[in-house]
Amino acid sequence: MDDQATIAALRAGDEAAFADLVRRYQPLMLRVARQYVKTPAAAEEVVQETWLGVLNGIDRFEGRSSLKTWIFRILMNQAKTRGVRDQRSTPFASLGAEDGDGPAVDPSRFDDEGWWNAYPRAWSAVPAERLESKETIATVRDAIAELPPRQREVIVLRDLVGLDGPEVSEALEISEGNQRVLLHRARAKVRAVLEGELT
Amino acid sequence: MTYLTCREFVELVTDYLDGALPPADRERFDEHLDMCKGCREHLDQMQTTLRALRAAGDEPARGEVEGLDRLLDTFRDWKRSRP
Ligand SMILES: [Zn+2]
Repeated sequence: MDDQATIAALRAGDEAAFADLVRRYQPLMLRVARQYVKTPAAAEEVVQETWLGVLNGIDRFEGRSSLKTWIFRILMNQAKTRGVRDQRSTPFASLGAEDGDGPAVDPSRFDDEGWWNAYPRAWSAVPAERLESKETIATVRDAIAELPPRQREVIVLRDLVGLDGPEVSEALEISEGNQRVLLHRARAKVRAVLEGELT
Repeated sequence: MTYLTCREFVELVTDYLDGALPPADRERFDEHLDMCKGCREHLDQMQTTLRALRAAGDEPARGEVEGLDRLLDTFRDWKRSRP
């Protein structure tokens, strides 16, 4: 179901559409909420409150962002309010040594002058079904799980949730530049893992 | 103006995709992209990586979702309270 159909179904009180939405986003919501509050129980409460906020706001939702982004904005607001009350579990301190680590591409792929030794393989031949298969998704999730915590948090919010750079830097209280450094490292590592899987 | 090397190019991709490159760097980036097949493939790989990440964020939970019953109760209460 696309966003328009989901929104119409929710407004009409379609319980199955709501259950689908919960199945789709609940795990990612819990994961994001967990970054802001002390306990798993508090994260669950934040997510419950978010869904109530979604239902109460659905009539006013204008579709200027995707439904998903809108839901996660509500979640971030709830989580932050709650996190301030609880004293956030893991403060997002200034960048550490691990955060800007290493080049985006294995240096041995370039010659002394900085040109490709051999061109990267074309991925255009990889069919969409393969890219969106359970196996590829599991590979991506494992790659994310291996990232240093700050890189992980940024890539989850930017690329899995779909928030934009200013939103993420505000949420994590880091500069937009630092946010982008973390994102760059994180994406580069996921790409390298996918390269091993897809080519 | 000096040309970008491929090694430099790959470090600018995230800034490029965010539209955060200063105009002069953006010009050098586009120039390199025009002349370098390897970096075109690399950029394409990054865009494909983003699609895979998005797919990972949209994958529904397998098995039971914690708290679903409670949420369905919430939904029914909400539905009843609607005008
Ligand atoms: Zn190049």
